[in-house]
Amino acid sequence: MNFSELFKQSNHLCKVSPDGKYLATCVQYRLVVRDMSTLQILQLYTCLDQISHMEWSSDSQFVLCAIYKRGLVQVWSLEQPEWHCKIDEGSIGLTSSRWSPDGRHILNTTEFNLRITVWSLCTKAVSYIKYPKACQKALDFSRDGCYMALAERRDCKDYVSVFVCDDWHLLRHFETETQDLAGLEWSPNGCVLAVWESCLEYKVLLYSLDGRLLSTYSAYEWSLGIKSVAWSPSSQFLAIGSYDEKVRILNHITWKKIAQFDHPSTITKTKAVVYKEEEKRPALSEDLSLHLNSSSSLFSSQSKYEILSLPVHLPVVKPDPERANPKIGVSNLVFSSDSRYLATKNDSIPCVLWVWDLQSMTSVAVLEQTSPVRCFQWDPRQNRLALCTANAKLYLWSPGGCVAVQVPAPGGFQVQALNWHNTGHSLVLVGKDQLCLCYMDEDQDQDQD
Amino acid sequence: MPESFLNFKDSGCSSVEYRASPQRMFHQPSLHRSSVCSTFCTDGNVQECLLHITQEMASLGLSPIWVESTRPSELEVVAVLNCIHDLIQLHLKDLRALENMEVEQLKSNSSIDSLQITSTQLKEELEHYKRENNGLHERERQLQHKVKSLQHGLKNEKEEVQKLQSIISTRAGQYNHEMKRKEREFDKLKERLNQLLSDKKDRKQAIDVLNRVGRADGKRSLWKTEKTEAKREEEMYKTLLNDYDNRQRDLLQENAELKKILQQMKKDMVSILKSKKSTKTDKFERFQKEDDDDEEEDALNSTKHSVELFSDDAREQLTNGVRLQWRRLKNHMETLDSKVGELPDRDYSSVSGQTQEQEMESLKLEIQKCKDFIQTQQQLLQQQLSSPCGEEVTLLPTKMQQEKERLEGEWETLEEQRQIFDRERSNFTEAAIRLSHERKSFEENRAMWLKYHFLNLSPFPDSNKPEMQSSESPFSIFEAENNPGPAAENDFHSLCEGSRTKAVSASSEDRRQ
Repeated sequence: MNFSELFKQSNHLCKVSPDGKYLATCVQYRLVVRDMSTLQILQLYTCLDQISHMEWSSDSQFVLCAIYKRGLVQVWSLEQPEWHCKIDEGSIGLTSSRWSPDGRHILNTTEFNLRITVWSLCTKAVSYIKYPKACQKALDFSRDGCYMALAERRDCKDYVSVFVCDDWHLLRHFETETQDLAGLEWSPNGCVLAVWESCLEYKVLLYSLDGRLLSTYSAYEWSLGIKSVAWSPSSQFLAIGSYDEKVRILNHITWKKIAQFDHPSTITKTKAVVYKEEEKRPALSEDLSLHLNSSSSLFSSQSKYEILSLPVHLPVVKPDPERANPKIGVSNLVFSSDSRYLATKNDSIPCVLWVWDLQSMTSVAVLEQTSPVRCFQWDPRQNRLALCTANAKLYLWSPGGCVAVQVPAPGGFQVQALNWHNTGHSLVLVGKDQLCLCYMDEDQDQDQD
Repeated sequence: MPESFLNFKDSGCSSVEYRASPQRMFHQPSLHRSSVCSTFCTDGNVQECLLHITQEMASLGLSPIWVESTRPSELEVVAVLNCIHDLIQLHLKDLRALENMEVEQLKSNSSIDSLQITSTQLKEELEHYKRENNGLHERERQLQHKVKSLQHGLKNEKEEVQKLQSIISTRAGQYNHEMKRKEREFDKLKERLNQLLSDKKDRKQAIDVLNRVGRADGKRSLWKTEKTEAKREEEMYKTLLNDYDNRQRDLLQENAELKKILQQMKKDMVSILKSKKSTKTDKFERFQKEDDDDEEEDALNSTKHSVELFSDDAREQLTNGVRLQWRRLKNHMETLDSKVGELPDRDYSSVSGQTQEQEMESLKLEIQKCKDFIQTQQQLLQQQLSSPCGEEVTLLPTKMQQEKERLEGEWETLEEQRQIFDRERSNFTEAAIRLSHERKSFEENRAMWLKYHFLNLSPFPDSNKPEMQSSESPFSIFEAENNPGPAAENDFHSLCEGSRTKAVSASSEDRRQ
């Protein structure tokens, strides 16, 4: 495993282009585009103010930089560096900005969710979509980029509009049986839309592409409900994580629950391997100069995984019952790319990551870290999970074993987020205001610790 | 008078006779006033009777009827009358006493009766109260049980209430949070509205592009018409239908595989049952019928194979068939299990028992043999080990010593031989060195002689002859030394060989020794 040097970035804005050739990072008000293999700076663009959001277009030709403070969006072209585009939302303000799947339209959500403005780079035309809903996830594009689903709220009722992304033609508009819609997501095959309620009621509705209600699922009443939802990449399973610290898996044929995964604080009986990260502080030798010369800092600690025997007691962080959106329940669900594994995190046990096997519907691994898990992502090509816990280490899990790698970056670099490259050969490790690239060595086998 | 007196006496006698045993009189509750004519006093024993009566009267404390002083045969009438009067009085007194006693007895009887009645009454009451008490205990128990269950229910209800309260509090927290958020947003809106109203320059929306960009796919965009709308709908339905088609295909495939597996299972089960049938002759009749059924089914199946197995009938047939076979197999297994449980009681048991016993015995014998063997081995080993510790072993000392001595002798001879070999080796090396030196010197001489010869070579034979002669010797020597290699080497070899043979002989001699 090789690590690159550190580069500056701000706001965790660094993204690899969809074709995998370029890496774009934002440093305050500058946009830096590097070549992925050599990390040489190819282009440097300057925006008018600090960039709040940055996104690649789907064909990797353009990059949009949004400045929410000023209500501006600036678009830059890779092919033609002198080309420029500036969209000013005016006094209406800007809260979010994104590309359309064809890479030629920009959707801006104005302040107070008054409307969504669709700007076309091809025709300079403008379209407006009224009454978008202000919720967790109101807008979703289908994976093939053909359709867009938007949650709307009119007269205290929730609606879903399905648009054709080609010409923004309204295909379907239907009312949903929800009290307060919190989010919607297309299935990867683009035929089913999952719509879920806010956490006050556990309810998931499944609509077909043409607006028919296929099924409703509700696990229990009264207690706080759904916290996170994820589709499996094969569209066979829908995983729902809720505030009762359980994940329920629905199947795509009957839309009924086929499995339930618990996240208890005490594990007494399981076939899974329980890994625990053990930190070892190296003893300070007399010859301090040796340490100072080495690349790792003086106070870094080595980590390795120990396998624990049952029963295992996991550290629970009790949530504050008075506050809203309590830190309890399954907040993060990520499927592996072949839909075989599911990685989950329970907020009341934040240092622990669970990995479930969907073929046997049981857990295969439980990873206990020394600090709360911040970010975890599956390798897009293999069954390999990378996670980070805001320290200077990178952790990798695969069915063969688990490994903790020290990131040899000086100056207290903490890995706060990570992104896989779409080939699975490298990882972008994002710190507070620096980033580092990690190149995987494909020849080596992973050691089991 | 005397007759009356006699009569009186008779009656008195009778009464006296009746009074023969004085105790009897006191114990009798009723008196027989009409007493039997007694035979106490007759003409003969008058005196005795008188005496007897006097004694008795004395014992009773009454005045005697007869005093000795007076004439023995005559009685004092007065005394007698007094006696009789006393007796009568006594008697009356006794009667009265008896009456009183009878009355008292009656009274006491009645009181006893009444007491008995009261006691039975009290017993009944006691029983009654006991029963009541039991009943009350029972009620108390039931009520306590009820109280416990109610308390339990109360606890459950409290828990549920707490749970609901926590739910309510979380929901209330969420609602409050949402309310606050909305209020904040509302405030922001109001502010913005105010700002907009008061704002002088109204920044308009605008896009500033250097030049238009072509579409990603390079095509031109279409006008929005009904046709395009219809096309969109069509595309949407096409995607949906494609998805359904795919799903149906997958499901059909899965179904076909599962059906194949079921068929396979059924065939396997049938074959297992058939093979079991052939071994069990006593169950032949029972299976006969089933055999026919199976054959029928097989026939059906073969026909069905040619027809597609997608009709409901065929599916039902298959599942029913599998269920039937499975039930049969289960029954069969159950009967087998029960038979295994009964086995020891049957005929086999004796045979197997015998064989088992024989085997056991043989095994035991083997074990014993092995144990004995091990023991003897152990003993021998111990003996072996203990012998070098200094204990005198009776059998082998002299032989061992002889062996030792022989070995030591051989060792010495070998040492000697080794030393000889060393010496000879050194001799050889020295000889070789010497030989090489000699050779060198010889070569030098030869060279010199040749030089001398060559230089002194002249056409005149005389002058040379003596020199020749003199040089003959060198020449001869030269010649002799000139065929040099072979001769000298031969010599050297022979020398070596000789020494080698010498050594060999020496060693063989040593060995022979």
